[in-house]
Amino acid sequence: MPVYHPRPSSAALPPLAEARHTPVLEVSHLHFSYADGNKTLHDITFSIHAGEKVALVGPNGAGKSTLMLHLNGILGGDDHVRVYDLPTIKANLPRIRALVGLVFQNPDDQLFSPTVLEDVAFGPLHMGLPEADVRQRVQAALAQVGMSAYAQRLSHHLSVGEKKRITIATVLSMQPELLALDEPSAGLDPRARRQLIELLRQLPQTMLISTHDLLMVGELCPRTLIIDTGRLVADGNTAEILSDAQLLHSHGLELPHIPATLRFPGSVTVSGSS
Amino acid sequence: MHVDPFDSYRAGNSLIHELDPRSKLLFTLAFIISTTLLPDGAWLSLALAFMTVLGISLVARLPLSYAIKRSLLALPFTLAALTVVFVVPGQPLLTMSIGSWTLRPTDAGLIRFVSIVSRSLISVQMAILLTATTPFPDLLHAMRHIHVPRSLVAIISFMLRYLFVLVDEALRLLRARSARSAGEHPTRGILWQAQIAGHMAGQLFVRSFERSDRIYDAMLARGYTGYLYTLHTHIIQRRDWLAAAGAVIILSVIQLAAHLP
Repeated sequence: MPVYHPRPSSAALPPLAEARHTPVLEVSHLHFSYADGNKTLHDITFSIHAGEKVALVGPNGAGKSTLMLHLNGILGGDDHVRVYDLPTIKANLPRIRALVGLVFQNPDDQLFSPTVLEDVAFGPLHMGLPEADVRQRVQAALAQVGMSAYAQRLSHHLSVGEKKRITIATVLSMQPELLALDEPSAGLDPRARRQLIELLRQLPQTMLISTHDLLMVGELCPRTLIIDTGRLVADGNTAEILSDAQLLHSHGLELPHIPATLRFPGSVTVSGSS
Repeated sequence: MHVDPFDSYRAGNSLIHELDPRSKLLFTLAFIISTTLLPDGAWLSLALAFMTVLGISLVARLPLSYAIKRSLLALPFTLAALTVVFVVPGQPLLTMSIGSWTLRPTDAGLIRFVSIVSRSLISVQMAILLTATTPFPDLLHAMRHIHVPRSLVAIISFMLRYLFVLVDEALRLLRARSARSAGEHPTRGILWQAQIAGHMAGQLFVRSFERSDRIYDAMLARGYTGYLYTLHTHIIQRRDWLAAAGAVIILSVIQLAAHLP
């Protein structure tokens, strides 16, 4: 029986070598309002260079997730957001979506296929890659997150930690240059969180990590952005920002600390970035 | 908290499990069409069809009662056909009076009713065997290959994936409700309960609606443009042709038994 699998036009993505010197991501004077008139982003400007791991912190409702959705043109769609100097306009979206891997907060939203294999294959298949490449990328991506044995499993049977790792594999298989992760450590138990941090540390991609987990920020990201009520209020060295308790407090943030009543004699004090 | 009452696949390595899902899907469809087209009172054919169900259960190493038990779920739906017992003209079997109504079940009506119920149950049983021996993703894949419309397959696929999420969400809502209601309320009756259930259904709808937005975003983020692509994983083998030949013979015998004098 002949098997017909239609393919999207395989306009292979041209190499970006000529663009290496430009920032991976450049956001300039970005404003955004939702259809109901709620203004969520005001004049956001920053850029991220290749190899940087940047944290994006801020209270709930500050506009972090909205900003993340702009990074590959799901929201917005103009030249206020540029990826490797490509404006996020419609014509560039297929390329930009392959360059920016967006990992959503809730794994159940991101793992929409019946099996893990199909979910990890979704991105490369929709990039128009031939089947052999797709399979090779799926295996590589699952191996990278340590989930090779899970290819045939059904997504709804997995634990939150396993789902989280697979959501990362679903974008790694697209071989993105920039990983944008929304609250990657939320809802994980300490061991799963530790494994996730180690995984993110090992991945070579440029990263923008939106999170409330300031201890993880201290471990992973040399640079931190603070966003509050849609405005970028701080952009700088993580150690400096995390040690500025006044700044953190004024934007609803707090570095976790061990309460004095729990400090045992001779224990190491945890403060600042560890 | 996870439930999967609909995850009906029973893992195995029998001949039936290893057949190509396309052959199984096509055979099941042909079997159901053949069975539903049987005339009333074709008992021999119905018996043969039922034996086919049992035979396949045997080869698939499923308990013989597996499909039968599960097919009983369809029984309430066949009751819709109960009226034929009274409206088909024929020899009255007895006369029943309910108030001012007189009901006369007829022999032809009874034969038709039993035939309808048997045809329905046997068809459902074959579909149950299909889902018990074929993983659901393989079935979806097979549907695409036999040109079931793309969007229909996508809807079925999302339904399978999110049914469980939805049921989990409903269970959480139920649990939250019982956590806040200390046992039976003496003065509030079924109306109050119905109101709560209505609110919950509304909640579930709103949550699903918002979730569907987020899923669509997640699909867009990975390059979705309106077409779903799947990996090709199945190859038709010799055993599939043999099984197909066997299927044609079985269906022909069933139909011949019904229509030959």
